[in-house]
Amino acid sequence: MTDWPILSTVTFLPTVGALLLLLIRGDDAAARRNIYWISLWTTLITFVISLLIWRDFDHANTGFQFVERAGWLSSSIGYSMGVDGISMLFVILTTFLMPFCIVASKLSVQKRFREYMIAFLILETLMIGVFCATDLILFYVFFEAGLIPMFLIIGIWGGPRRVYAAFKFFLYTLAGSVLMLLAIMAMYWQAGTTDIPTLLNHAFPAGMQTWLWLAFFASFAVKMPMWPVHTWLPDAHVEAPTAGSVILAGVLLKMGGYGFLRFSLPMFPLASADFAPFIYTLSVVAIIYTSLVALMQEDIKKLIAYSSVAHMGYVTMGIFTMNPQGVEGAIFQMLSHGIVASALFLCVGVIYDRMHTREISAYGGLVNRMPFYAVAFLVFTMANVGLPGTSSFVGEFMTLLGAFRANTWVAFFATTGVILSASYGLWLYRRVVFGPLDKPSLKGMFDLSRREIAILVPLIVLTIFFGVYPTPVFNVTSASVDNLITNYQAALSAAGKLALAAQ
Amino acid sequence: MYSAIVFLPLLGAILAGLIALIGSYRAAMVGAPKEGTADGHHDHAAHDAHDHAHDDHGHDDHGHGHDDHHASAPGSRPAEIITTGFLFISAILSWIAFLTIGSPEGQTVHQKVLPWVTSGTLSFDWAFRVDTLTAMMLVVVTTVSSLVHLYSIGYMSHDEHRPRFFSYLSLFTFAMLMLVTSDNLVQMFFGWEGVGLASYLLIGFWFKKPSANAAAIKAFVVNRVGDFGFALGIFGVFVLFGSVDFDTIFANTSTVVGTKIHFLSWDFDALTTVCILLFIGAMGKSAQFLLHTWLPDAMEGPTPVSALIHAATMVTAGVFMVARMSPLFDLAPTALTVVTLFGATTAFFGATVGLVQNDIKRVIAYSTCSQLGYMFVALGVGAFGAGVFHLFTHAFFKALLFLCAGSVIHAVSGEQDMRLMGGLRKKIPITYWTMMIGTLALTGFPLTAGYYSKDAIIESAFMGDNPLAGYAFAMVVIAALMTSFYSWRLVFMTFHGKPRASAEVMSHVHESPLVMTVPLFVLSIGALLAGAVFSGWFIGEGYGEFWKGALFTNPDNHILHEIHEVPAWVKYSPFVMMVIGFLIALWFYVLSPSTPKRLAEEQPILYRFLLNKWYFDELYNFLFVRPAKWLGRFLWKKGDGWLIDGFGPDGISARVVDVTNRVVRLQTGYVYHYAFAMLIGVALLITWMMFAR
Repeated sequence: MTDWPILSTVTFLPTVGALLLLLIRGDDAAARRNIYWISLWTTLITFVISLLIWRDFDHANTGFQFVERAGWLSSSIGYSMGVDGISMLFVILTTFLMPFCIVASKLSVQKRFREYMIAFLILETLMIGVFCATDLILFYVFFEAGLIPMFLIIGIWGGPRRVYAAFKFFLYTLAGSVLMLLAIMAMYWQAGTTDIPTLLNHAFPAGMQTWLWLAFFASFAVKMPMWPVHTWLPDAHVEAPTAGSVILAGVLLKMGGYGFLRFSLPMFPLASADFAPFIYTLSVVAIIYTSLVALMQEDIKKLIAYSSVAHMGYVTMGIFTMNPQGVEGAIFQMLSHGIVASALFLCVGVIYDRMHTREISAYGGLVNRMPFYAVAFLVFTMANVGLPGTSSFVGEFMTLLGAFRANTWVAFFATTGVILSASYGLWLYRRVVFGPLDKPSLKGMFDLSRREIAILVPLIVLTIFFGVYPTPVFNVTSASVDNLITNYQAALSAAGKLALAAQ
Repeated sequence: MYSAIVFLPLLGAILAGLIALIGSYRAAMVGAPKEGTADGHHDHAAHDAHDHAHDDHGHDDHGHGHDDHHASAPGSRPAEIITTGFLFISAILSWIAFLTIGSPEGQTVHQKVLPWVTSGTLSFDWAFRVDTLTAMMLVVVTTVSSLVHLYSIGYMSHDEHRPRFFSYLSLFTFAMLMLVTSDNLVQMFFGWEGVGLASYLLIGFWFKKPSANAAAIKAFVVNRVGDFGFALGIFGVFVLFGSVDFDTIFANTSTVVGTKIHFLSWDFDALTTVCILLFIGAMGKSAQFLLHTWLPDAMEGPTPVSALIHAATMVTAGVFMVARMSPLFDLAPTALTVVTLFGATTAFFGATVGLVQNDIKRVIAYSTCSQLGYMFVALGVGAFGAGVFHLFTHAFFKALLFLCAGSVIHAVSGEQDMRLMGGLRKKIPITYWTMMIGTLALTGFPLTAGYYSKDAIIESAFMGDNPLAGYAFAMVVIAALMTSFYSWRLVFMTFHGKPRASAEVMSHVHESPLVMTVPLFVLSIGALLAGAVFSGWFIGEGYGEFWKGALFTNPDNHILHEIHEVPAWVKYSPFVMMVIGFLIALWFYVLSPSTPKRLAEEQPILYRFLLNKWYFDELYNFLFVRPAKWLGRFLWKKGDGWLIDGFGPDGISARVVDVTNRVVRLQTGYVYHYAFAMLIGVALLITWMMFAR
């Protein structure tokens, strides 16, 4: 165990980098280069330090580790940080993805390069803070503040309809969070504390749980996003710059799932049990509905965005099955989607940088000029389709298995997603990559540069590595998930509801 | 040793893949500008400029890459040697494994490679479990695969993408080996989908052809429909047995017999449900009736691929899976009846369509479809040994037929339409005679491989005691007649009669090189002798010692003994059918060549029905493809666009704008208007304060 506040270090190191960027003046090539390297080194160092968390993590401990505390607003509202088996890997995922965002933005961002990088580094701090915070108010601050840099990234560096997309994103998420703030206040008045470990052991009255659950649900469902509050995501993705999409798909979407696991299930178990069928319904609708919609998209990014919604459907379904396979599968699916969806958006970025269009019909036959790109895109398409041997399969298979144990109808409908994802995934691949290279505009394209190879190859390696050997992840999550489920079952049986969840 | 068998092909695939990737990447980057300022100091312009020249040519105008203008990819020869060499090592080791494990002292081998997933009570590893069934599959897969690799060196010699082709072939072999050596259902599923991926890549190998791309997607998606059932079946097995390991499952089957499983809203018999779900997976992979539509289209791939994947190995994975799960299936008679139904129907269906096809590869493809039906009939009536035996013999003679067809196509400059062949017998005698051997074996000529296995199936169907055994018997006997007819039709149309190809094509007709004919000889030996040599082990008196329980049968399942007691007319029926089929084909295509045309004109509806493959593609297009597209568009435009956005964010913001507009209209700019409004407000406030208390 380290004896220095490693979580705060990892959280605020990017902010330090952002402050350094403030020192740089000018917009010439030299300034750009300095900005780029400072940002890259900041995120790389942050990533390396965050790996120490994984190294020193105690797999058997189900509680929070690396705990830090300090007084803040009052005696009961404090600055406290800590990670457990559920949140730790999301911290790593965040720090892991950031260097890719920096590198991917190197050439594609033309204006206000410094402000762009500052926004990203601040965003990293806020995202890590969300996963580390063990105080409700602190969590809320990080959770909400994260909206602002993302809003700016979409609204300033986005595509033609960026303002519409940015506001849609902002209003949707804000509407959800207002309700969550009310719920947090209610919890504070009821329990007298905002300390998450304490709240995890606090039994809220059954009637109150329902309302609190709904308020949190409003926020997390939008973040997830779950059907039918998903429509901001395709717009946001389409307009966001490549790196923005990566963070959006890779990390921001995971906050909803994380929230369900951190708050909804352990703090409101009775309400969660009551609402599980509701979640199942929304998840299954999401899987089938958005997969069908994805099938007909004409914009590459929109297609991937819709497929993200479908994949998040597996996550919500898995979380609420409340058995080890479902929950661990959901966590795994989130991590895996963080890699695969990010990689897909990076792939789109590669050809967008060359052609400045995302229309599927503008492409075709890329394999003729870009064989390496075709291979990379194939790996990620197959991962998106859930091919065994890629990380997505593990998550998808386990969530479906968990769902089958909980409710076979849910599993039956959700498994049809396997067919649909193959349809839209392969059809996209065919239209973009295969076929003859007829279009004159494509003839001058070159394959991946070294920089692009450096971005995509690590993601290929990880996608396959975690598909073949996911054990490192399960080692981290299993104890905390088992603990979560045990407490959930105990709360249900205390309320005489176990018959419902007996498995 | 088992690791070597399985992983050598993977190693070959990776090496060949890297050769392909690096070669094509270099070609594509010729003249690429340096990116940015801080980005390395590489310069691709140094590479040879005509590396890149071939990239602009297409395959579109011809099916088979027989175009001498293409420069071949760099490293083609090393890639061929590496993959083919590894495969031959793997094949030799497989035969050793087969003879070791199949011998009376052989034992099941367990070998753990790597842990995979552990979560709660769910746990499975990457591990090998090699028993006689697996060993037999190892032999089939590696033998056919190594021969196909060898053959492809000749067949693909004019193709520009050879490293990629050999990489895919080896990748396929690896996935197939993972499938058959698996010790649990999930690893089997890995292999299952892995062969699907390889099949997708190989069908779409000539990626510039739209029809090849369409066929590749179709194959993958239709297989996914089967995998949907397979996945649910795995979940069901886990719920029933608490495990997905074969050993655990097989040890506990007796505890599950007769229990119910709550599936969807009903309580079904547990084993029946699970077995039918698993069988849906097998239907997809083995192209059984209703899920068969992808197999004929898969012939878009290069012919060696058809021989390896779509005849000898991958499509038999479904048969293998049902045989592997025989401990479950044999305890679920209803599920076996379903298997029989689909098997018999497929055997009949495939044969009928095969009667009228004109594409030489499609005839063989439908023949494969039909023969797979035979195998399922055998499994369905409980004669697992006969089904697996047919799998074994079929692998040899069907791979042989495909490779011969490839040799024919090679000879006639890429033509596949049999109406444009004819009279090739003298020009390509080796191909002709090996094809004759394959045809004899397929039609079940006495003492060839097909004779032993096919007759065993027909007799088992006669003796089987499930309710559909009679139906199955009728179907397979009729199919035997049609098999003989279409096989001989193929031979007569291709090799006999007058040449129908252009004089220019005929002048180019040449026998294939040695690298292609050697595999034909080896497979011919298999097609002739595999039945006679191995029938004692597979279905005869050596059955128990050979299988050692790898194929489970109930203690009261004696079907493989009972088939020796069938009446004489049953015993002779396949032979009679074969002769009749041969005679009709002889009459139609040699003695009186105008008859088939007249018959087609007299029966236009039937002819069209068969020629259009019972209209399945049109039906599915109407039932599934178009509605899915319509629904997708509808949900997108109306669901997301009109309903959710319209009444959600856009609607709300539009209303807000409306309200502000109205407020703006109220703003007149006259002070007394505002004063008046304020007065009203104050009055309301006072009223409320007075009365509200």
